[in-house]
Amino acid sequence: MPFIPHAADDVAAMLDTIGVASIEALFDEIPAPLQQCDLSAIEPGEPEMVVSRLAAERAAADGVPICFVGAGAYDHHIPAAVWDLVTRGEFYSAYTPYQAEASQGTLQLIYEFQSMIAALTALDVANASLYDGASALAEAVLMALRGNRSNRSRQVLLPRTLHPAYRATVATIVTPQQVELETIDYQRDSGTLDVAALAPYEANPPAALVVPQPNFFGQLEAVDQLTDWAHRHGVLLIAVVNPIALALLKPPGEWGEKGADIACGEGQPLGIPLASGGPYLGFISCREALLRQLPGRLVGRTVDRDGKPGFTLTLQAREQHIRRSRATSNICTNQGLLAAAATIYMALLGSDGLTAVARACHANRNALLTALTEIAQVEAPFSGAGFHEAVIRIGQPADQIIRSLAAQNLIGGYPLANDYPELGEDALLICATESRSAADISRYRDNLQRILERRGPACTRLRPADGL
Amino acid sequence: MSEVPENLKYSASHEWVRAEPDGSVVVGITHHAQDLLGDMVYIELPEVGRALRLNEECAVVESVKAASDVYAPIAGTIEAVNSELTAQPELINTLPYSDGWLFRLRPEMPTALNDLLDADGYRRQLDDDSGA
Repeated sequence: MPFIPHAADDVAAMLDTIGVASIEALFDEIPAPLQQCDLSAIEPGEPEMVVSRLAAERAAADGVPICFVGAGAYDHHIPAAVWDLVTRGEFYSAYTPYQAEASQGTLQLIYEFQSMIAALTALDVANASLYDGASALAEAVLMALRGNRSNRSRQVLLPRTLHPAYRATVATIVTPQQVELETIDYQRDSGTLDVAALAPYEANPPAALVVPQPNFFGQLEAVDQLTDWAHRHGVLLIAVVNPIALALLKPPGEWGEKGADIACGEGQPLGIPLASGGPYLGFISCREALLRQLPGRLVGRTVDRDGKPGFTLTLQAREQHIRRSRATSNICTNQGLLAAAATIYMALLGSDGLTAVARACHANRNALLTALTEIAQVEAPFSGAGFHEAVIRIGQPADQIIRSLAAQNLIGGYPLANDYPELGEDALLICATESRSAADISRYRDNLQRILERRGPACTRLRPADGL
Repeated sequence: MSEVPENLKYSASHEWVRAEPDGSVVVGITHHAQDLLGDMVYIELPEVGRALRLNEECAVVESVKAASDVYAPIAGTIEAVNSELTAQPELINTLPYSDGWLFRLRPEMPTALNDLLDADGYRRQLDDDSGA
Protein backbone atom coordinates (compact mmCIF):
# COMPACT_ATOMS: atom_id res chain seq x y z
CA MET A 1 0.00 0.00 0.00
CA PRO A 2 1.34 3.45 -0.83
CA PHE A 3 1.59 6.02 1.94
CA ILE A 4 -0.97 8.77 1.26
CA PRO A 5 -0.74 11.61 3.80
CA HIS A 6 -3.87 13.48 4.79
CA ALA A 7 -3.35 16.34 7.22
CA ALA A 8 -6.24 17.87 9.15
CA ASP A 9 -6.71 20.71 6.63
CA ASP A 10 -6.65 18.14 3.72
CA VAL A 11 -9.45 16.24 5.45
CA ALA A 12 -11.38 19.45 6.12
CA ALA A 13 -11.05 20.52 2.47
CA MET A 14 -12.29 17.13 1.23
CA LEU A 15 -15.26 17.09 3.64
CA ASP A 16 -16.08 20.67 2.65
CA THR A 17 -16.02 19.77 -1.06
CA ILE A 18 -18.58 16.99 -0.63
CA GLY A 19 -20.62 18.88 1.95
CA VAL A 20 -20.23 16.45 4.85
CA ALA A 21 -19.65 17.64 8.40
CA SER A 22 -17.32 14.91 9.69
CA ILE A 23 -15.67 11.60 8.78
CA GLU A 24 -18.10 9.83 11.12
CA ALA A 25 -21.05 11.25 9.16
CA LEU A 26 -19.89 9.24 6.13
CA PHE A 27 -20.78 6.06 8.06
CA ASP A 28 -24.24 7.21 9.19
CA GLU A 29 -25.91 4.45 7.21
CA ILE A 30 -24.32 1.76 9.38
CA PRO A 31 -26.35 1.33 12.60
CA ALA A 32 -24.31 2.47 15.61
CA PRO A 33 -24.31 -0.94 17.38
CA LEU A 34 -22.64 -2.48 14.32
CA GLN A 35 -19.80 0.02 14.14
CA GLN A 36 -16.57 -1.49 15.44
CA CYS A 37 -14.34 1.55 15.59
CA ASP A 38 -13.60 1.45 19.30
CA LEU A 39 -9.82 1.32 19.84
CA SER A 40 -9.94 2.38 23.48
CA ALA A 41 -7.58 -0.45 24.49
CA ILE A 42 -4.80 1.53 22.84
CA GLU A 43 -4.02 4.74 24.64
CA PRO A 44 -4.15 7.87 22.48
CA GLY A 45 -0.66 8.97 21.51
CA GLU A 46 1.01 5.56 21.96
CA PRO A 47 4.18 5.44 19.87
CA GLU A 48 4.22 3.33 16.70
CA MET A 49 6.94 1.12 18.22
CA VAL A 50 4.68 0.15 21.14
CA VAL A 51 1.57 -0.39 18.99
CA SER A 52 3.48 -2.51 16.45
CA ARG A 53 4.82 -4.74 19.20
CA LEU A 54 1.36 -5.17 20.74
CA ALA A 55 -0.13 -6.10 17.34
CA ALA A 56 2.70 -8.56 16.62
CA GLU A 57 2.18 -10.26 20.01
CA ARG A 58 -1.55 -10.58 19.39
CA ALA A 59 -0.94 -12.04 15.91
CA ALA A 60 1.60 -14.51 17.28
CA ALA A 61 -0.99 -15.73 19.81
CA ASP A 62 -2.94 -17.24 16.88
CA GLY A 63 0.01 -19.57 16.25
CA VAL A 64 0.82 -21.12 12.90
CA PRO A 65 -1.42 -24.18 13.02
CA ILE A 66 -1.25 -27.01 10.49
CA CYS A 67 -4.51 -27.15 8.60
CA PHE A 68 -6.38 -30.41 8.05
CA VAL A 69 -9.73 -28.77 7.37
CA GLY A 70 -11.19 -28.22 3.91
CA ALA A 71 -15.00 -28.10 3.71
CA GLY A 72 -15.02 -25.68 0.79
CA ALA A 73 -11.81 -23.68 1.39
CA TYR A 74 -8.36 -25.18 0.83
CA ASP A 75 -4.86 -24.54 2.12
CA HIS A 76 -2.77 -24.71 -1.05
CA HIS A 77 0.74 -23.47 -1.69
CA ILE A 78 0.68 -20.12 -3.53
CA PRO A 79 3.79 -19.26 -5.57
CA ALA A 80 5.23 -15.93 -4.36
CA ALA A 81 4.98 -14.47 -7.87
CA VAL A 82 1.15 -14.62 -7.83
CA TRP A 83 0.47 -11.82 -5.36
CA ASP A 84 3.59 -9.89 -6.31
CA LEU A 85 2.06 -9.54 -9.79
CA VAL A 86 -1.57 -9.13 -8.71
CA THR A 87 -0.78 -6.22 -6.40
CA ARG A 88 0.90 -4.22 -9.16
CA GLY A 89 -0.96 -0.97 -9.82
CA GLU A 90 -2.12 -2.19 -13.24
CA PHE A 91 -4.18 -5.03 -11.72
CA TYR A 92 -4.97 -3.72 -8.26
CA SER A 93 -8.71 -3.15 -8.57
CA ALA A 94 -11.69 -5.38 -7.89
CA TYR A 95 -13.65 -3.69 -10.66
CA THR A 96 -14.11 -3.83 -14.38
CA PRO A 97 -12.91 -0.40 -15.52
CA TYR A 98 -15.65 2.08 -16.42
CA GLN A 99 -14.02 2.80 -19.77
CA ALA A 100 -13.39 -0.89 -20.17
CA GLU A 101 -11.88 -0.82 -23.64
CA ALA A 102 -9.27 1.69 -22.52
CA SER A 103 -7.80 -1.01 -20.25
CA GLN A 104 -6.74 -3.65 -22.73
CA GLY A 105 -4.46 -5.38 -20.20
CA THR A 106 -7.31 -5.91 -17.72
CA LEU A 107 -9.62 -7.14 -20.48
CA GLN A 108 -6.98 -9.53 -21.81
CA LEU A 109 -6.48 -10.94 -18.32
CA ILE A 110 -10.23 -11.49 -17.85
CA TYR A 111 -10.43 -13.06 -21.32
CA GLU A 112 -7.64 -15.46 -20.34
CA PHE A 113 -9.41 -16.25 -17.05
CA GLN A 114 -12.58 -17.09 -19.01
CA SER A 115 -10.60 -19.21 -21.48
CA MET A 116 -8.88 -21.16 -18.68
CA ILE A 117 -12.14 -21.82 -16.82
CA ALA A 118 -13.83 -22.92 -20.07
CA ALA A 119 -10.89 -25.26 -20.78
CA LEU A 120 -10.82 -26.69 -17.21
CA THR A 121 -14.56 -27.43 -17.28
CA ALA A 122 -14.59 -28.46 -20.99
CA LEU A 123 -17.52 -26.14 -21.69
CA ASP A 124 -17.91 -23.48 -24.39
CA VAL A 125 -17.95 -20.21 -22.49
CA ALA A 126 -17.18 -18.79 -19.02
CA ASN A 127 -17.87 -15.33 -17.59
CA ALA A 128 -15.55 -12.82 -15.92
CA SER A 129 -16.27 -14.31 -12.43
CA LEU A 130 -18.90 -14.12 -9.68
CA TYR A 131 -18.73 -13.40 -5.95
CA ASP A 132 -18.09 -16.91 -4.62
CA GLY A 133 -18.87 -20.55 -5.26
CA ALA A 134 -22.18 -20.56 -3.37
CA SER A 135 -23.62 -17.49 -5.13
CA ALA A 136 -22.29 -18.84 -8.45
CA LEU A 137 -24.46 -21.91 -7.86
CA ALA A 138 -27.49 -19.69 -7.14
CA GLU A 139 -26.84 -17.92 -10.47
CA ALA A 140 -26.52 -21.30 -12.20
CA VAL A 141 -29.89 -22.37 -10.76
CA LEU A 142 -31.55 -19.18 -12.04
CA MET A 143 -29.85 -19.67 -15.43
CA ALA A 144 -31.20 -23.20 -15.67
CA LEU A 145 -34.73 -22.03 -14.88
CA ARG A 146 -34.55 -19.42 -17.63
CA GLY A 147 -32.74 -21.67 -20.06
CA ASN A 148 -34.65 -24.94 -19.84
CA ARG A 149 -36.86 -24.46 -22.88
CA SER A 150 -38.47 -27.90 -22.85
CA ASN A 151 -39.45 -27.89 -19.20
CA ARG A 152 -41.19 -25.05 -17.39
CA SER A 153 -40.84 -26.60 -13.93
CA ARG A 154 -39.75 -24.27 -11.08
CA GLN A 155 -38.26 -27.19 -9.12
CA VAL A 156 -34.51 -27.81 -8.69
CA LEU A 157 -32.93 -30.86 -7.03
CA LEU A 158 -30.09 -30.27 -4.55
CA PRO A 159 -28.40 -33.38 -3.13
CA ARG A 160 -27.49 -33.44 0.56
CA THR A 161 -23.93 -34.21 -0.53
CA LEU A 162 -23.72 -30.59 -1.72
CA HIS A 163 -21.94 -28.18 0.69
CA PRO A 164 -24.47 -27.16 3.41
CA ALA A 165 -23.51 -23.48 3.07
CA TYR A 166 -24.13 -23.67 -0.68
CA ARG A 167 -27.60 -25.14 -0.06
CA ALA A 168 -28.38 -22.36 2.42
CA THR A 169 -27.09 -19.63 0.09
CA VAL A 170 -29.04 -20.95 -2.89
CA ALA A 171 -32.21 -21.04 -0.76
CA THR A 172 -31.65 -17.44 0.37
CA ILE A 173 -31.08 -16.14 -3.16
CA VAL A 174 -33.58 -18.09 -5.27
CA THR A 175 -36.55 -18.79 -2.96
CA PRO A 176 -38.06 -15.29 -3.44
CA GLN A 177 -38.22 -16.09 -7.19
CA GLN A 178 -40.76 -18.88 -6.66
CA VAL A 179 -38.21 -21.68 -6.94
CA GLU A 180 -38.86 -24.96 -5.18
CA LEU A 181 -35.68 -26.58 -3.87
CA GLU A 182 -35.92 -30.30 -3.24
CA THR A 183 -33.26 -32.07 -1.17
CA ILE A 184 -32.12 -35.56 -2.23
CA ASP A 185 -30.63 -37.89 0.39
CA TYR A 186 -27.44 -39.89 -0.09
CA GLN A 187 -26.47 -43.56 0.27
CA ARG A 188 -25.18 -44.28 3.77
CA ASP A 189 -22.49 -46.74 2.65
CA SER A 190 -20.90 -44.63 -0.08
CA GLY A 191 -21.74 -41.03 0.90
CA THR A 192 -22.92 -40.40 -2.66
CA LEU A 193 -26.14 -39.76 -4.54
CA ASP A 194 -27.93 -42.85 -5.89
CA VAL A 195 -29.47 -42.42 -9.33
CA ALA A 196 -32.35 -44.64 -8.15
CA ALA A 197 -33.24 -41.94 -5.56
CA LEU A 198 -34.23 -39.72 -8.51
CA ALA A 199 -36.97 -42.09 -9.76
CA PRO A 200 -39.78 -40.25 -7.89
CA TYR A 201 -39.02 -37.14 -9.97
CA GLU A 202 -39.40 -38.80 -13.36
CA ALA A 203 -43.17 -38.23 -13.63
CA ASN A 204 -42.82 -34.44 -13.22
CA PRO A 205 -39.18 -33.71 -13.99
CA PRO A 206 -37.53 -30.69 -12.32
CA ALA A 207 -35.82 -27.92 -14.29
CA ALA A 208 -32.35 -28.85 -13.06
CA LEU A 209 -30.29 -31.31 -11.03
CA VAL A 210 -27.18 -30.11 -9.15
CA VAL A 211 -24.25 -32.55 -8.85
CA PRO A 212 -21.15 -31.74 -6.75
CA GLN A 213 -17.83 -33.36 -7.76
CA PRO A 214 -16.11 -34.15 -5.48
CA ASN A 215 -19.02 -33.85 -3.07
CA PHE A 216 -18.94 -32.25 0.40
CA PHE A 217 -17.68 -35.54 1.92
CA GLY A 218 -14.85 -35.69 -0.65
CA GLN A 219 -16.56 -38.67 -2.30
CA LEU A 220 -16.84 -38.99 -6.07
CA GLU A 221 -20.37 -39.00 -7.49
CA ALA A 222 -21.48 -41.20 -10.43
CA VAL A 223 -21.50 -38.14 -12.67
CA ASP A 224 -22.01 -39.97 -15.99
CA GLN A 225 -25.12 -41.83 -14.81
CA LEU A 226 -26.56 -38.73 -13.11
CA THR A 227 -25.99 -36.55 -16.20
CA ASP A 228 -27.59 -39.09 -18.51
CA TRP A 229 -30.57 -39.42 -16.15
CA ALA A 230 -31.03 -35.65 -16.24
CA HIS A 231 -30.90 -35.42 -20.03
CA ARG A 232 -33.24 -38.41 -20.50
CA HIS A 233 -35.87 -36.47 -18.54
CA GLY A 234 -35.39 -32.98 -19.99
CA VAL A 235 -33.53 -31.81 -16.86
CA LEU A 236 -30.50 -29.49 -17.06
CA LEU A 237 -27.39 -30.69 -15.22
CA ILE A 238 -25.47 -28.18 -13.07
CA ALA A 239 -22.00 -29.32 -12.00
CA VAL A 240 -20.40 -27.87 -8.83
CA VAL A 241 -16.71 -28.60 -9.18
CA ASN A 242 -13.36 -28.01 -7.48
CA PRO A 243 -10.96 -26.44 -10.00
CA ILE A 244 -7.87 -28.29 -8.70
CA ALA A 245 -9.71 -31.63 -8.86
CA LEU A 246 -10.56 -30.92 -12.51
CA ALA A 247 -6.88 -31.41 -13.38
CA LEU A 248 -7.44 -35.13 -12.65
CA LEU A 249 -11.17 -35.81 -12.89
CA LYS A 250 -13.31 -35.90 -16.01
CA PRO A 251 -14.43 -32.30 -16.72
CA PRO A 252 -18.19 -31.50 -16.58
CA GLY A 253 -18.38 -30.93 -20.35
CA GLU A 254 -17.57 -34.64 -20.79
CA TRP A 255 -19.94 -36.10 -18.18
CA GLY A 256 -22.29 -38.71 -19.62
CA GLU A 257 -23.23 -38.75 -23.28
CA LYS A 258 -23.90 -35.03 -23.68
CA GLY A 259 -21.96 -33.35 -20.87
CA ALA A 260 -23.16 -31.05 -18.09
CA ASP A 261 -25.04 -27.92 -19.17
CA ILE A 262 -23.58 -25.52 -16.59
CA ALA A 263 -20.51 -25.79 -14.34
CA CYS A 264 -19.71 -23.54 -11.40
CA GLY A 265 -17.61 -23.52 -8.27
CA GLU A 266 -15.25 -21.81 -5.89
CA GLY A 267 -12.03 -20.38 -7.33
CA GLN A 268 -10.27 -19.88 -3.96
CA PRO A 269 -7.99 -22.93 -4.44
CA LEU A 270 -6.42 -21.14 -7.43
CA GLY A 271 -3.91 -18.91 -5.67
CA ILE A 272 -6.16 -17.21 -3.10
CA PRO A 273 -5.11 -17.53 0.56
CA LEU A 274 -7.33 -18.56 3.46
CA ALA A 275 -8.06 -15.32 5.30
CA SER A 276 -10.78 -15.48 7.97
CA GLY A 277 -13.48 -16.47 5.51
CA GLY A 278 -12.78 -14.51 2.37
CA PRO A 279 -12.75 -12.92 -0.09
CA TYR A 280 -13.66 -15.74 -2.43
CA LEU A 281 -14.08 -16.09 -6.20
CA GLY A 282 -17.00 -17.66 -8.04
CA PHE A 283 -16.67 -19.09 -11.53
CA ILE A 284 -19.32 -20.27 -13.98
CA SER A 285 -19.26 -21.76 -17.47
CA CYS A 286 -21.86 -23.25 -19.79
CA ARG A 287 -22.66 -24.70 -23.17
CA GLU A 288 -23.08 -22.18 -25.99
CA ALA A 289 -26.84 -22.81 -26.12
CA LEU A 290 -27.13 -21.15 -22.67
CA LEU A 291 -24.73 -18.30 -23.46
CA ARG A 292 -27.38 -15.59 -23.36
CA GLN A 293 -28.55 -16.74 -19.94
CA LEU A 294 -25.11 -16.17 -18.37
CA PRO A 295 -24.97 -13.52 -15.63
CA GLY A 296 -22.23 -10.90 -15.28
CA ARG A 297 -19.59 -9.58 -17.61
CA LEU A 298 -18.09 -11.27 -20.66
CA VAL A 299 -14.93 -10.23 -22.44
CA GLY A 300 -14.53 -11.13 -26.11
CA ARG A 301 -11.64 -10.99 -28.53
CA THR A 302 -12.03 -8.92 -31.66
CA VAL A 303 -10.09 -6.78 -34.14
CA ASP A 304 -10.01 -3.00 -34.34
CA ARG A 305 -10.56 -1.02 -37.54
CA ASP A 306 -6.92 -1.53 -38.53
CA GLY A 307 -7.30 -5.28 -38.13
CA LYS A 308 -5.24 -5.42 -34.93
CA PRO A 309 -6.42 -7.88 -32.24
CA GLY A 310 -8.04 -6.40 -29.17
CA PHE A 311 -10.42 -7.19 -26.32
CA THR A 312 -13.88 -5.83 -25.58
CA LEU A 313 -16.84 -6.33 -23.28
CA THR A 314 -19.40 -8.26 -25.28
CA LEU A 315 -22.97 -9.64 -25.22
CA GLN A 316 -23.96 -6.77 -22.95
CA ALA A 317 -27.63 -6.98 -23.94
CA ARG A 318 -27.93 -9.53 -21.07
CA GLU A 319 -26.85 -6.92 -18.54
CA GLN A 320 -28.79 -4.48 -16.39
CA HIS A 321 -27.52 -1.25 -18.01
CA ILE A 322 -29.20 -2.39 -21.25
CA ARG A 323 -31.78 -5.02 -20.32
CA ARG A 324 -32.94 -3.24 -17.13
CA SER A 325 -35.28 -5.34 -15.01
CA ARG A 326 -35.10 -8.29 -17.42
CA ALA A 327 -31.30 -8.59 -17.11
CA THR A 328 -29.89 -12.07 -16.42
CA SER A 329 -28.54 -10.87 -13.06
CA ASN A 330 -27.92 -7.76 -11.01
CA ILE A 331 -24.21 -8.60 -10.94
CA CYS A 332 -22.31 -5.88 -12.77
CA THR A 333 -18.75 -5.87 -11.56
CA ASN A 334 -16.88 -9.01 -10.51
CA GLN A 335 -14.04 -10.35 -8.40
CA GLY A 336 -11.48 -8.89 -10.80
CA LEU A 337 -8.59 -8.90 -8.35
CA LEU A 338 -9.10 -12.53 -7.37
CA ALA A 339 -9.73 -13.56 -10.97
CA ALA A 340 -6.34 -11.97 -11.74
CA ALA A 341 -4.73 -14.05 -8.98
CA ALA A 342 -6.40 -17.24 -10.27
CA THR A 343 -5.31 -16.50 -13.84
CA ILE A 344 -1.71 -15.85 -12.85
CA TYR A 345 -1.71 -18.96 -10.62
CA MET A 346 -2.97 -21.16 -13.47
CA ALA A 347 -0.58 -19.55 -15.96
CA LEU A 348 2.40 -20.11 -13.64
CA LEU A 349 1.56 -23.76 -12.99
CA GLY A 350 0.40 -24.66 -16.48
CA SER A 351 -1.64 -27.79 -17.07
CA ASP A 352 1.23 -30.11 -16.00
CA GLY A 353 1.76 -28.14 -12.80
CA LEU A 354 -1.93 -28.15 -11.96
CA THR A 355 -2.07 -31.91 -12.56
CA ALA A 356 0.95 -32.39 -10.28
CA VAL A 357 -0.81 -30.38 -7.52
CA ALA A 358 -3.97 -32.46 -7.95
CA ARG A 359 -2.01 -35.74 -7.83
CA ALA A 360 -0.20 -34.65 -4.67
CA CYS A 361 -3.53 -33.62 -3.07
CA HIS A 362 -5.05 -36.98 -3.93
CA ALA A 363 -2.03 -38.94 -2.63
CA ASN A 364 -1.97 -36.93 0.63
CA ARG A 365 -5.70 -37.35 1.20
CA ASN A 366 -5.30 -41.11 0.84
CA ALA A 367 -2.19 -41.13 3.05
CA LEU A 368 -4.03 -39.15 5.74
CA LEU A 369 -7.05 -41.44 5.64
CA THR A 370 -4.82 -44.54 5.80
CA ALA A 371 -2.75 -43.14 8.67
CA LEU A 372 -5.75 -42.11 10.79
CA THR A 373 -7.71 -45.32 10.25
CA GLU A 374 -4.69 -47.23 11.62
CA ILE A 375 -5.85 -45.92 15.01
CA ALA A 376 -8.10 -48.54 16.62
CA GLN A 377 -10.99 -46.16 17.43
CA VAL A 378 -11.04 -44.54 13.96
CA GLU A 379 -13.00 -45.86 11.00
CA ALA A 380 -14.08 -44.59 7.58
CA PRO A 381 -17.86 -44.96 7.10
CA PHE A 382 -17.82 -44.47 3.32
CA SER A 383 -16.28 -46.68 0.69
CA GLY A 384 -15.24 -45.54 -2.77
CA ALA A 385 -12.83 -43.06 -4.29
CA GLY A 386 -12.42 -39.50 -3.04
CA PHE A 387 -10.52 -36.28 -3.51
CA HIS A 388 -9.24 -33.64 -1.05
CA GLU A 389 -11.21 -34.86 1.94
CA ALA A 390 -12.76 -37.84 3.67
CA VAL A 391 -15.17 -38.60 6.49
CA ILE A 392 -13.92 -40.48 9.55
CA ARG A 393 -15.63 -41.54 12.77
CA ILE A 394 -13.45 -41.24 15.84
CA GLY A 395 -15.64 -42.77 18.57
CA GLN A 396 -15.76 -39.55 20.63
CA PRO A 397 -17.45 -36.17 20.10
CA ALA A 398 -15.63 -34.55 17.19
CA ASP A 399 -16.07 -30.96 18.40
CA GLN A 400 -14.25 -31.78 21.66
CA ILE A 401 -11.46 -33.72 19.98
CA ILE A 402 -10.69 -30.88 17.56
CA ARG A 403 -10.34 -28.53 20.53
CA SER A 404 -7.75 -30.88 22.00
CA LEU A 405 -5.97 -31.03 18.64
CA ALA A 406 -6.02 -27.23 18.40
CA ALA A 407 -3.97 -27.10 21.61
CA GLN A 408 -1.31 -29.04 19.68
CA ASN A 409 -1.42 -26.47 16.84
CA LEU A 410 -3.44 -28.79 14.62
CA ILE A 411 -6.69 -27.77 12.92
CA GLY A 412 -8.17 -31.23 12.92
CA GLY A 413 -11.14 -31.00 10.57
CA TYR A 414 -14.80 -30.06 10.30
CA PRO A 415 -17.25 -31.75 12.72
CA LEU A 416 -20.25 -32.96 10.72
CA ALA A 417 -22.87 -33.47 13.46
CA ASN A 418 -24.62 -30.10 13.01
CA ASP A 419 -25.22 -30.58 9.29
CA TYR A 420 -25.43 -34.39 9.21
CA PRO A 421 -26.66 -35.61 12.63
CA GLU A 422 -27.26 -39.09 11.21
CA LEU A 423 -23.50 -39.57 10.83
CA GLY A 424 -23.02 -39.30 14.58
CA GLU A 425 -21.41 -36.74 16.89
CA ASP A 426 -18.04 -38.39 16.26
CA ALA A 427 -18.09 -37.75 12.48
CA LEU A 428 -15.25 -35.54 11.26
CA LEU A 429 -14.43 -34.26 7.77
CA ILE A 430 -10.66 -34.25 7.24
CA CYS A 431 -8.58 -32.85 4.40
CA ALA A 432 -5.01 -32.87 3.13
CA THR A 433 -3.76 -30.77 0.22
CA GLU A 434 -0.37 -30.88 -1.50
CA SER A 435 1.01 -28.63 1.26
CA ARG A 436 0.69 -31.33 3.95
CA SER A 437 3.94 -33.26 4.39
CA ALA A 438 4.38 -36.85 5.57
CA ALA A 439 5.64 -35.41 8.87
CA ASP A 440 2.46 -33.29 9.23
CA ILE A 441 0.33 -36.40 8.68
CA SER A 442 2.32 -38.45 11.23
CA ARG A 443 2.05 -35.61 13.72
CA TYR A 444 -1.75 -35.53 13.30
CA ARG A 445 -2.02 -39.33 13.66
CA ASP A 446 0.20 -39.45 16.76
CA ASN A 447 -1.64 -36.62 18.49
CA LEU A 448 -5.09 -37.97 17.62
CA GLN A 449 -4.15 -41.43 18.86
CA ARG A 450 -2.77 -40.03 22.13
CA ILE A 451 -5.85 -37.83 22.70
CA LEU A 452 -8.32 -40.64 21.95
CA GLU A 453 -6.49 -43.09 24.25
CA ARG A 454 -6.17 -40.56 27.06
CA ARG A 455 -9.85 -39.63 27.03
CA GLY A 456 -11.16 -43.16 26.49
CA PRO A 457 -14.69 -43.75 25.21
CA ALA A 458 -16.20 -44.49 28.64
CA CYS A 459 -15.76 -41.03 30.12
CA THR A 460 -16.85 -38.88 27.19
CA ARG A 461 -20.57 -38.71 27.68
CA LEU A 462 -20.28 -38.08 31.41
CA ARG A 463 -18.04 -35.10 30.92
CA PRO A 464 -19.86 -31.82 30.37
CA ALA A 465 -19.02 -29.79 27.29
CA ASP A 466 -16.33 -27.17 27.78
CA GLY A 467 -17.60 -23.96 29.29
CA LEU A 468 -20.31 -25.57 31.43
CA MET B 1 -40.00 6.83 -43.89
CA SER B 2 -40.97 3.41 -42.55
CA GLU B 3 -42.67 0.91 -44.80
CA VAL B 4 -46.19 -0.04 -43.62
CA PRO B 5 -47.73 -2.57 -46.07
CA GLU B 6 -51.50 -2.24 -46.59
CA ASN B 7 -52.26 -5.98 -46.40
CA LEU B 8 -51.07 -6.45 -42.78
CA LYS B 9 -52.46 -5.80 -39.29
CA TYR B 10 -50.38 -4.14 -36.57
CA SER B 11 -50.05 -3.96 -32.80
CA ALA B 12 -49.21 -0.82 -30.85
CA SER B 13 -46.00 -2.58 -29.70
CA HIS B 14 -44.74 -2.79 -33.33
CA GLU B 15 -45.55 -6.39 -34.29
CA TRP B 16 -47.16 -7.08 -37.66
CA VAL B 17 -49.69 -9.87 -38.28
CA ARG B 18 -50.57 -11.51 -41.60
CA ALA B 19 -53.66 -13.73 -41.98
CA GLU B 20 -52.95 -16.98 -43.88
CA PRO B 21 -55.51 -18.85 -46.03
CA ASP B 22 -55.52 -21.78 -43.56
CA GLY B 23 -56.68 -19.53 -40.70
CA SER B 24 -53.27 -19.25 -39.00
CA VAL B 25 -51.41 -15.93 -38.70
CA VAL B 26 -47.76 -15.04 -39.26
CA VAL B 27 -46.10 -12.55 -36.87
CA GLY B 28 -43.01 -10.38 -37.24
CA ILE B 29 -41.73 -6.97 -36.16
CA THR B 30 -42.26 -3.88 -38.28
CA HIS B 31 -39.79 -2.01 -40.46
CA HIS B 32 -40.00 0.82 -37.95
CA ALA B 33 -39.14 -1.49 -35.02
CA GLN B 34 -36.10 -3.06 -36.71
CA ASP B 35 -34.94 0.42 -37.75
CA LEU B 36 -35.05 1.61 -34.12
CA LEU B 37 -33.28 -1.47 -32.78
CA GLY B 38 -30.51 -1.60 -35.39
CA ASP B 39 -28.50 -4.60 -36.62
CA MET B 40 -29.92 -7.84 -35.23
CA VAL B 41 -27.46 -10.30 -33.67
CA TYR B 42 -29.65 -12.88 -31.94
CA ILE B 43 -33.28 -13.95 -31.91
CA GLU B 44 -34.85 -16.09 -29.19
CA LEU B 45 -38.00 -17.83 -30.46
CA PRO B 46 -40.82 -19.56 -28.55
CA GLU B 47 -41.22 -23.36 -28.54
CA VAL B 48 -43.65 -24.86 -31.06
CA GLY B 49 -46.84 -25.90 -29.27
CA ARG B 50 -46.65 -23.19 -26.63
CA ALA B 51 -49.97 -21.47 -25.89
CA LEU B 52 -49.74 -17.68 -25.64
CA ARG B 53 -52.02 -15.20 -23.94
CA LEU B 54 -52.64 -11.83 -25.57
CA ASN B 55 -49.61 -9.54 -25.01
CA GLU B 56 -47.56 -12.35 -23.42
CA GLU B 57 -43.78 -12.00 -23.89
CA CYS B 58 -42.88 -14.73 -26.35
CA ALA B 59 -39.65 -13.84 -28.16
CA VAL B 60 -36.57 -11.67 -27.73
CA VAL B 61 -34.88 -9.74 -30.53
CA GLU B 62 -31.36 -8.66 -29.67
CA SER B 63 -29.51 -6.04 -31.67
CA VAL B 64 -26.10 -4.48 -31.27
CA LYS B 65 -27.85 -1.75 -29.25
CA ALA B 66 -30.52 -3.46 -27.21
CA ALA B 67 -32.52 -6.56 -26.43
CA SER B 68 -36.26 -6.18 -26.78
CA ASP B 69 -39.19 -8.43 -25.95
CA VAL B 70 -41.76 -9.37 -28.58
CA TYR B 71 -45.36 -9.65 -27.35
CA ALA B 72 -48.08 -11.93 -28.68
CA PRO B 73 -50.37 -9.61 -30.70
CA ILE B 74 -53.10 -12.29 -30.61
CA ALA B 75 -53.78 -15.15 -28.18
CA GLY B 76 -53.09 -18.56 -29.70
CA THR B 77 -50.77 -21.54 -30.07
CA ILE B 78 -47.36 -21.51 -31.79
CA GLU B 79 -47.44 -23.71 -34.91
CA ALA B 80 -44.05 -22.87 -36.41
CA VAL B 81 -41.03 -20.63 -35.86
CA ASN B 82 -38.60 -19.16 -38.39
CA SER B 83 -35.49 -21.23 -37.68
CA GLU B 84 -33.59 -19.40 -40.46
CA LEU B 85 -33.21 -16.53 -37.99
CA THR B 86 -30.85 -18.57 -35.79
CA ALA B 87 -28.15 -18.41 -38.46
CA GLN B 88 -29.31 -15.18 -40.14
CA PRO B 89 -30.85 -12.78 -37.61
CA GLU B 90 -30.16 -9.94 -40.06
CA LEU B 91 -33.13 -11.14 -42.15
CA ILE B 92 -35.25 -9.07 -39.76
CA ASN B 93 -33.38 -5.97 -40.90
CA THR B 94 -33.30 -6.73 -44.60
CA LEU B 95 -36.74 -8.32 -45.10
CA PRO B 96 -38.83 -7.55 -42.00
CA TYR B 97 -42.16 -8.34 -43.72
CA SER B 98 -41.18 -11.56 -45.53
CA ASP B 99 -38.13 -13.73 -44.77
CA GLY B 100 -37.71 -11.98 -41.41
CA TRP B 101 -40.98 -13.37 -39.97
CA LEU B 102 -40.77 -14.69 -36.37
CA PHE B 103 -43.49 -17.31 -35.83
CA ARG B 104 -46.82 -18.69 -37.06
CA LEU B 105 -49.71 -18.78 -34.60
CA ARG B 106 -53.10 -20.56 -34.57
CA PRO B 107 -55.42 -17.88 -33.09
CA GLU B 108 -57.64 -18.82 -30.20
CA MET B 109 -60.37 -16.64 -31.73
CA PRO B 110 -60.35 -15.88 -35.50
CA THR B 111 -62.00 -12.52 -34.84
CA ALA B 112 -59.05 -11.33 -32.73
CA LEU B 113 -57.46 -9.84 -35.87
CA ASN B 114 -60.18 -7.20 -35.87
CA ASP B 115 -58.83 -5.76 -32.61
CA LEU B 116 -55.49 -4.87 -34.24
CA LEU B 117 -54.57 -1.67 -36.08
CA ASP B 118 -54.78 -1.49 -39.85
CA ALA B 119 -52.01 0.15 -41.90
CA ASP B 120 -53.54 3.61 -41.60
CA GLY B 121 -53.98 3.26 -37.86
CA TYR B 122 -50.39 2.11 -37.37
CA ARG B 123 -49.08 4.97 -39.59
CA ARG B 124 -51.05 7.45 -37.46
CA GLN B 125 -49.46 5.96 -34.32
CA LEU B 126 -45.98 6.34 -35.81
CA ASP B 127 -46.76 9.97 -36.73
CA ASP B 128 -48.04 10.64 -33.21
CA ASP B 129 -44.94 9.02 -31.67
CA SER B 130 -42.55 11.07 -33.79
CA GLY B 131 -44.50 14.27 -33.15
CA ALA B 132 -44.45 13.78 -29.39
